[in-house]
This record gives sequence, C-alpha cells and structure tokens, in this order.
Amino acid sequence: MELTLWTYEGPPHVGAMRVATSMEGVHYVLHAPQGDTYADLLFTMIERRDRRPPVTYTTFQARDLGGDTAEMVKTSVRDAYERFKPQVMLVGESCTAELIQDQPGSLAKGMNMPIPIVSLELPAYSKKENWGASETLYHLVRTLLLPSVPKPLVPKPQRDRHIRPKANIIGPTALGFRCRDDIREVMKLLAEIGVDVNVIAPMGADAADILRIPEADFNICLYPEVALTTCNWLNRSFGQAIVKTVPIGVGATRDFIAEIGRVADIDVSDALARSQSDTLGNWDAARLSSAADPMTSRLPWYSRSVDSTYLTGKRVFIFGDATHAIAAARIATEELGFTLVGIGTYSREFAKEIRAIAKQHDLEAVISDDYLAVEAAVAEAAPELVLGTQMERHIAKRLGIPCAVISAPIHVQDVPARYSPQMGWEGANVIFDSWVHPLMMGLEEHLIGMFKEDFEFAEGHMSHLHKAPTREIAEVVVPEMHQVVNDSQIALNPDLHTLTWSADGEAELKKIPFFVRGKIKRNTEKFASDRGINLITLETLYDAKAQIGK
Amino acid sequence: MALEPCTEVPAQASNLSPANAVLKERGQREVFCGLTGIVWLHRKMQDAFFLVVGSRTCAHLIQSAAGVMIFAEPRFGTAILGERDLAGLADANEELDRVVDQLLSRRPDIGTLFLVGSCPSEVIKLDLAKAAERLNHRFFPKVRILNYSGSGIETTFTQGEDACLGSMVPILPPSNDDSPSLMVVGSLADVVEDQFQRLFDKLGIGPVYFFPPRRAANLPPIGKGTKLLIAQPFLSDTVRSLVARGATLLPTTYPLGIAGTTAWLKTAADAWGIGSEIFDQAIAPSVSRAETALDRYRQVLTGRKAFLFPDSQLEIPLARFLARECGMDLVEVGTPYIDRLLMDREIALLPAGTMLSEGQDVEKQLDRCRQAKPDITVCGLGLANPLEAEGMATKWSIELVFSPIQGYEQAADLAELFARPLERRRRLAV
Repeated sequence: MELTLWTYEGPPHVGAMRVATSMEGVHYVLHAPQGDTYADLLFTMIERRDRRPPVTYTTFQARDLGGDTAEMVKTSVRDAYERFKPQVMLVGESCTAELIQDQPGSLAKGMNMPIPIVSLELPAYSKKENWGASETLYHLVRTLLLPSVPKPLVPKPQRDRHIRPKANIIGPTALGFRCRDDIREVMKLLAEIGVDVNVIAPMGADAADILRIPEADFNICLYPEVALTTCNWLNRSFGQAIVKTVPIGVGATRDFIAEIGRVADIDVSDALARSQSDTLGNWDAARLSSAADPMTSRLPWYSRSVDSTYLTGKRVFIFGDATHAIAAARIATEELGFTLVGIGTYSREFAKEIRAIAKQHDLEAVISDDYLAVEAAVAEAAPELVLGTQMERHIAKRLGIPCAVISAPIHVQDVPARYSPQMGWEGANVIFDSWVHPLMMGLEEHLIGMFKEDFEFAEGHMSHLHKAPTREIAEVVVPEMHQVVNDSQIALNPDLHTLTWSADGEAELKKIPFFVRGKIKRNTEKFASDRGINLITLETLYDAKAQIGK
Repeated sequence: MALEPCTEVPAQASNLSPANAVLKERGQREVFCGLTGIVWLHRKMQDAFFLVVGSRTCAHLIQSAAGVMIFAEPRFGTAILGERDLAGLADANEELDRVVDQLLSRRPDIGTLFLVGSCPSEVIKLDLAKAAERLNHRFFPKVRILNYSGSGIETTFTQGEDACLGSMVPILPPSNDDSPSLMVVGSLADVVEDQFQRLFDKLGIGPVYFFPPRRAANLPPIGKGTKLLIAQPFLSDTVRSLVARGATLLPTTYPLGIAGTTAWLKTAADAWGIGSEIFDQAIAPSVSRAETALDRYRQVLTGRKAFLFPDSQLEIPLARFLARECGMDLVEVGTPYIDRLLMDREIALLPAGTMLSEGQDVEKQLDRCRQAKPDITVCGLGLANPLEAEGMATKWSIELVFSPIQGYEQAADLAELFARPLERRRRLAV
C-alpha cells in the first residue's frame, strides 16, 4: 500500500483511452465497474471535447459478480461493433476487472469479429497512464502493420533528391500537455525546412493512416513517453530513423532542426542562421507585417533585455514528465539564466537522462511518483519558482512559492482556447511569458526589499497577481515523516537542533526579501554548525552571507 | 451495502396508473461511484479526512473531480493497493496501519478518519470495518476511525453520502430522555441550514439537529424522541439505521421548490402539533418572496420539455418541481434507484403518465433522448458537451448536488439553474 494524496498519473487504461480518443475509427471496450466512466470527463470537460470518447464500458455491479461477467464483455463487444462500426477495436480491463480475470481480450478475439481486435494487457497495479498509452499505441501499430513488415529487412532505398522528405509525427495524444498546438508549431517548423508530414499519430489518425506510416522517411518521436516504444519498433521493422530531439526551447528547437537536417539529408542552414541572427526586438515594419509567422522566437531578445536582468540566478525547482523536465532545465539555465536547485520526474523510464542533468548541476535527481517526497524535496531546496505539474501547484501553495505548470498532469485551465504551444519558436514565447508571470515584478521586488513597513505592499505581496502575502518558506516545517520517506534527499544536519538565533540575528533575517529568506536561513545555519557556532547573531548572518553568497 | 432496486409497483398505490410503470434498464451506466461523495463531504465536515483504500483509478477519479482546486492541505487521499498487497505478500492490515500512521503524523489536526472502501478493496474482501475497529483501539479518542464503502459496484454517486452517514449512525450519542427532537438528515449548504433553523425557531420546533454536522466531532444525539425529517432522497440505508436506533421517520416530500418546502416543513409542524394558522403565518413572508422570484423563471420554462438522465436520485423530486411549479413537460425521468419508502410521496405528485426509468442503458437512453428532442436535458458531464455539440441544451446534473437548492429562498435559484442554459443559448450570437 502506498499513501497517495495526489497521483501524477492515472491507471494504464486511461493511457489506452487517450490513444483511442485521439484516433478516428478506433473503439475501446473496457471491462470496468460502474463508476469508471468518470474518465469520460477527462476528455469532455478537461479537454472540452465535443464528442463522447469512443469507449464502451461493461459497468458491472456487485450483483453481476455472482453471474456471468464474461458474457457482459461479449455483449459489449458485439453491441459496440454494431453501433459504432469501428475499423479496429481495443479490448482491455480496468483495475477491478483485472482482479476477476475474465480475459476480455482473448474472449473478444474468439468472437470472429470482422475487424482487427487488439487485446490490451495493462497491469493496473504495477504500471501507469503513460505506459498504458505507449503500450496501446505500440500494439495497435504493430497489429495493423505486422503483415507489411518486409522480411528480411531491406535497406531503405535512397530518397529521390527532387522529392521532399516525409516524416511521421509520433506521440501527440488527447490529454497530452499542449499537444494540439505543439503539432501545429512543429508542422510550421517542418514546412520551413522543406519536410512534408506523412502521418500524425495517434492524434487524428485512423487505421488507414497507420497503414501509411512506413511510407515516411523517418519518424519524429515528439513525446517519448508515449512514442518511443513504437518508434523503436518501426525502426527495427521498417528501417525508419528516429529524430529524438524534442523541440521545446530555442536551443532545443535549433538542435531539432539540425538533427532533421542530418537524418533527412537536407540543408537546414538557412533556418538555423535565421534563428541565430534574428533575435533582436522585432519592432521594424517589415517584421511586424510578417509577424504572423516570425520563423524565430522573441525569447532570446526578451531574455536579454535589461528588464530580465533580475531573473539571473533565480532559484528554480523543476518536476514533471521527463520530456518536459529535461526541456525546462535547459531553458531555465541556458535561456533564462535561472539557477537549477532541484529537478525530478515521475517518468521512471527516463530516470537516467534526468539524473545526468541533475549531475551537471551538482544535484540529486528526485525520481519518484510520491507526491510527499516531491513536496519534501521542494521544501528542502527552498526555490523561488517551481516549474511543475498541477500537483506542484498544491505544493507551491502550501509553501508559498510562485509556480508555473510545464507538464501533465494538468487541469482544465491548461487546455486554453488561445494558441499556446510549448514547442518551436512560438512555444518559447509562450514559455517566457508563463514562467516569468508568477514572479514578483522587478520594481516591486526592489521596493519591498528597501521598505518593510508599507501598509499595502507587505511581505510576499505581488500586486500584479492580486495576491495577498504568502506563508514564509523559512517557517514551513518539513514534517518528520518526510525524513523517513525521503532520506536520500534530505540530509538535515542533526546539529541544527542545538542552534539558536539571537534576537538581533532574527530581526535582521526578517529584513531579507521573503523569497530568498528560506535559503539564507539554511545557509547561515549550515555555516554556523560547520564552525561550531551555537548562537547565530547578526554578525554570523553577514559572515555567512560573505562566505556563501546569496 | 447497496439496496436492491425495488421496482415493483405496489398494488395499493392507486394513484399510479399503469402508464406510470417504471422502465427498468440494464446496460452501460454513465454514472459516478460513491467515492465522489468525498468531493462535497470533505467541505461539509472540515475536521474529517477521507482515506480511500483502492487503486490508482480511485485516486485519479477524486483528483480529476476536486484537483482543480489547489489544496495546501489535502483532505482526502488514497492508499493505493500494489501487487504485493494483492499477492498477499504484504499483510494488508499492517500496511494499512503504516499508511494511517504516516497520514496522521502529517495531519495531526484530523479528528475523524473515514476509511473508504472501493471496488478493488471490496472484490478482494479487505475487511476495513475490522481495520477501523483495530485502529480505534490505538487512536481513539484523539482520532475516531470509521469505515464505509463508496465502491462503484455497490454505490452510485450520492449513495456515497448515504454510506458515509450510515457509518456514523452507530456512534451517535444516545439522547438522555425521550423528549421530542428533530433531526434533519442529509448534507445541506450552510446557508440553507441556517434558513431552516430560523423557520423551525419561528415555528417553535426544537431542538433541531442537522446530520451530518459541520464538524464530524459534534454528533447529534438520537433516541426514541428523535423525529427524522429527510432533506435528501438518497439516504435509504442511513434512514433505516436511524429508525433502527429508535428514531421515527416523518414521511414527506423533499424541500425542493415552494410546494415541496411547504409540505416538508408542514410534516414537522404537524408532528409538533403546530396549528395551521401559526404555520401559515410563519412561512408567509418566505412563500410570497419565493413566488415573486420564481415567477420570472416559470415564464421561461413553462411548456418546455425536460429529459432527465439518472445521476443522483434527486431526479424524481426535481421533475416534480419542474412539472408542478415551473410548468415543464417531462419526457423521461431517469434515476439510478427508486426506494419506495423514500420516494412514494414524490412519485405520487408526478403528472400521470410520466415515464420513469430506473437503471440505465446509456446508448438506448441517448437514442430516446435524441428522438424526443427535449428543450433541456439534465445529464452528467460525460454527456453534456457531446449533447450540446449535437444542438441540445443541457443542464449538468452534478451542479444540483453542489448548489444550495433547498428551501424557499432557493426555489427561484433552482429554477434558474434550468433556465440558465436556455438563456445562454438565447444570448450567444456566435
């Protein structure tokens, strides 16, 4: 048993639903108890879809358990086929159905349906949502394409240089973070460098589209959590190369273009040169008139402009799925000038990549799906900004830290009506705005640092957010249990307990701007205990500051 | 545990013509499980914590519903069963104790902890009742641990509240004497409770206790003098266990709309022997205000066709209000369960020939709905946007559980909830 206040991922059958709902002509029969239809709301409410997800649930009840629940599966498969006439059917179980073991997939396969049936084995007690989506996409693609796999694999013939290269975009799904707009942005990038899109899957694809996947020259693995297994299989079976750079951030987008250049053997130097040279203010008439499609991002200029100087060294904690966390770490450090003070992911499959980044910044990565462990790590790092998921918003509220969402899980406000990609040039513009917004504006930050006794602009006040003062990071206690669950991240010095603050030391501490006070307090205490100082005075505080810096 | 639906029409109910026969359907049910009750119960009783023992699906359900609010201190969580628990490798009781320890050390302010059963915990027959008993030995009186099932296989949506309240009935303190007292049963918005309290005071009815209380620690007493006035129609098990503890049920309709509220209050007034004159005088100002306010929406709703999908068991009283007080035509009134004990008086007030359906086969019901082309369809959020996209006006039913809708001052608000989607469609020009 695992105590879970918030879960980062749903059960694996929700991943399967995401794939089915993304596609056309695919129906999913799910053996599940009454009530599991709540998952429809993820799509009709959070994502605001105008159609019911293509899912038929058996919705068995207690009184059915004594009877023939297997027969309910067969009836559902038959009725769903008759009513919806899908091209392919997925059949699987939810967690409760897994316990009663009706083998719905095999049952359906034995019914001689006139369409392909994909039987899904998704262990609900050990795997989670993204794994479910990845497995479902893989099995669906494999079922449909297995007959056309060449044996033995013949090397792909050289592409005719007069024909533009074709790419598949693999991975965007329903309920993915900003997938809808990311695809558009990536298609713009591809058009810019002369690459045609063959198939986008699963989002918007039907069975016929899946059958066309092998026609492309290569695959763009846009969301590795969902797409990597499928891309690897396509690589083995059809010799399609995989583009692995995810174009989130200006630097990553440049690398993405360069990688496509190599994989597709095309010249992308124009696009790269434009993105490098054209990073100034974008205010001249020519630029404004073509502003609809700037072919470059405003982030580099915005980030270089003096208004952004105060962002330098802001301490940021990053958590999310691996793809978005990796991208965020690079943007935060290389493109916005923040200092990374913590990074982690709930995507265990990509733990290695995250650990590598953590190491570069001399940090210990948080690889965990335990909300409480993440909360403890954030409290310990005392950052000035948290970039995370919907769940980190709860943590940030508790600790009084500004927060922006960079990854699923998300709620309805992160499926906005406006164009808001994360990828490509425009994605970087969106990221600049949304990450800087929660921080206190520069002037206010200076004035609150200088004058502490204002009747309106009090400690922690952020007038641009209509936000009342928040709790002080320094005073939030890391509860005892966190040391148990998360020993590796928290090395609280046991000597700290013997430390006391003198009145003048404490008074001086209160004069430190609230969002760095937590860190200064920790630094000073460490400084004191390292030197065997028991009473921290005003002098100790400034000694520590001089030694350690901010 | 869940009530078996009681669908046979009693012969002596002469007011039910054969045309009122209930259509009983089985098939895919597009409803919530009882765990969803946590979404409002955690606000009603702020000193309580709800710990679901279940799977990741259960955790995902609750956070998808309530996670749009940002919680500094969550008031619900899930003990997620792992493979080790299922394989019997880990002692479920030891595991549960460990999780509860962990939780209570993080949240020392919790006064009442509900262990909430789910489909997985019920299917593997994890004995949470025994676990609660054992944990009480350790934590009571600092924390009281209770147990109920909110599983989908046993409970539908609001039945989660029934099960939750049911679990509190055995620990209600016995009243000291048999003098009459009134217990209003079912979660009401705080503002509605206060209004009813004032009306009872005016009528001289008392003492009045509301169940559930605003703090789980303040449990109302129960005894032979306790008279039960039921505010919510989905409390079958709770009512029966309260009666088993000696309380008397005052059968009545539910306080929705003006007539419903009057009949509801009148039932209590009669039990206290309050004369008609005093009663009429006490309610007159509220009634006349409510009439004025409701009239505005009656004009919008009169003659419109309504189709209600099953959701909360509020459907029959709502349909009665929509038909009798708002002049609407009822196409079909679907409800997950019909408990005759709690619903007969409401059914008797429906227009003759009203089509009632119990249970659901959602695809067939959607076919009937599309065919009937109602002016307003009351349905869950899984169906609402898809039906809107087909050109049908919908009222999402869950809001009826989350809004103050009972009593005189809310009668017009209740009607407004149904008029609002129509008004919105009238306004929007794009």
